[in-house]
Amino acid sequence: MFAYDFMRNAFLASTFIAITCGTVGVYVVARNFSFLAHTLSEIGFAGAAFAVWLGIGSLWGMLLFTLLGSISVGELSLHSEQKESSISAISALFTGLGVLFLAISGVNSNYATNILFGSIIGVDKQGVVQLVLLSVIVLLMIFSIQKALNFDSFDHIGALAHGVKSGWVSLIFLIALAMSVSIGAQIVGSLLVFILLTLPPATANYLGKTIGAMIAWSIFFALIGVWLGLYLGFLTNLPVTFFIAVIEVAIYLITYFTHVIKRSL
Amino acid sequence: MSEILNVNNLTMRFDKKTVFKDLNFKLEEGSMTALLGPNGTGKTTLINILMKMFPPTAGSFKFAADVRLGYVPQFRNLDAEYPLSIAAFTGLNAPLIKSKKVKDIINKQLKETNLYDIRNTRMGEASGGQKQRAYLAQALLDNPNVIILDEATASLDPMAKEELMQLIEHLNEKHNITVLFVTHDVPLATKYMQNYLYLNHQQIAQGRMADFKEEYE
Ligand SMILES: Nc1ncnc2c1ncn2[C@@H]1O[C@H](COP(=O)(O)OP(=O)(O)OP(=O)(O)O)[C@@H](O)[C@H]1O
Ligand SMILES: [Mg+2]
Repeated sequence: MFAYDFMRNAFLASTFIAITCGTVGVYVVARNFSFLAHTLSEIGFAGAAFAVWLGIGSLWGMLLFTLLGSISVGELSLHSEQKESSISAISALFTGLGVLFLAISGVNSNYATNILFGSIIGVDKQGVVQLVLLSVIVLLMIFSIQKALNFDSFDHIGALAHGVKSGWVSLIFLIALAMSVSIGAQIVGSLLVFILLTLPPATANYLGKTIGAMIAWSIFFALIGVWLGLYLGFLTNLPVTFFIAVIEVAIYLITYFTHVIKRSL
Repeated sequence: MSEILNVNNLTMRFDKKTVFKDLNFKLEEGSMTALLGPNGTGKTTLINILMKMFPPTAGSFKFAADVRLGYVPQFRNLDAEYPLSIAAFTGLNAPLIKSKKVKDIINKQLKETNLYDIRNTRMGEASGGQKQRAYLAQALLDNPNVIILDEATASLDPMAKEELMQLIEHLNEKHNITVLFVTHDVPLATKYMQNYLYLNHQQIAQGRMADFKEEYE
């Protein structure tokens, strides 16, 4: 399998993406931002479609839209009383825009499928370099604010009581999240990128009792999902995204039920 | 004994609602003071101002120069699924990658607060009393010499209340930590605190706990 260039590229890129999404996801779950990851997926779809219409790489359109989207939705969700409905409204608008951009740019439906469901097998050398670079930037951003981010995400009230600059932490995290959505979408597609950002960390929540352990578990499950998914996709010629989704959901459900059973004993 | 806090004509208004007006009081170093008063009279607001979380409308306050504040807020929102262990929760107030020295400090506070043996219990599964002690341990990590607790005993059973109060008393006696303790529990305050501050009708009264007889109205 590794005899093929495209498989080597795909493995390298998805390894970095899994590490990034696994790490960022722990904070997504701790901050109760799962809904935001979901909305950003849809915003990312519109961004990719916008890029197609402009004739630039879909990654850049996604980055642009998710950055704008995450900051505005993030602010909205912090301050608005009507959090859920305003976010539904935004995601409806962006999904609509995505459909419009795709229609007016007149690309074939194959391309739309790639945006929605991922196309890691098609990633070239330059694409890999971009994805790895962006992953490293996200990880550095998280690392540089780790103390405040940990405190604010896992004990917001305690962090405030301690004078942690929660506004800055939140802004930097939203930027890191937007970038993670954009790069994660390159493997699993914009429709399902929230899987990588929510399921491995949600599973890790049942297994780790420290932030370090949770991040390690989360990365581990994200890696299992993408590696196994790529391998099975290669073997069967079925979509990689399908396998990743099934694997992550299966791991989550097994862990969840084990937890429930243990608890009732 | 020297003065550790001096509050001068402190006034707080939200929009048109005046919470309190022209408060004046002092706290002595090493003292134990109960902050009493009916719901909504501004106890938490007063503390938030002292913690510099927002500025007062008017007036001023001054802590002694060498003061290190520890604060345990009134509400925390940790649900039953909250994943972190007591030790990890306490250590949130420290870098993720912990040196031996930092680990030793965390362990020392866990022992001090009687949590060391259950340090690997998840916070979500800890009892109310254990949670309160963990909040306190987290605040103690900064090595404060003044500690402010906002209704720390409100949801605890009598045993857990006594345990927490004895811990606070121990911190005061052994480490000379000045305590400001917000509560509605007058008997508990009478048992453990020397002084009171009573906040009501926008005013504050100060005195010895043994003489406290104001009625809640
Ligand atoms: N950010 C705010 N904006 C507007 N009003 C506020 C704000 N914070 C507090 N208040 C009001 O100030 C008053 C004092 O509230 P505070 O929480 O300080 O009371 P408290 O004495 O701590 O009450 P409790 O015993 O219930 O904890 C209340 O009437 C409250 O509604
Ligand atoms: Mg209060």
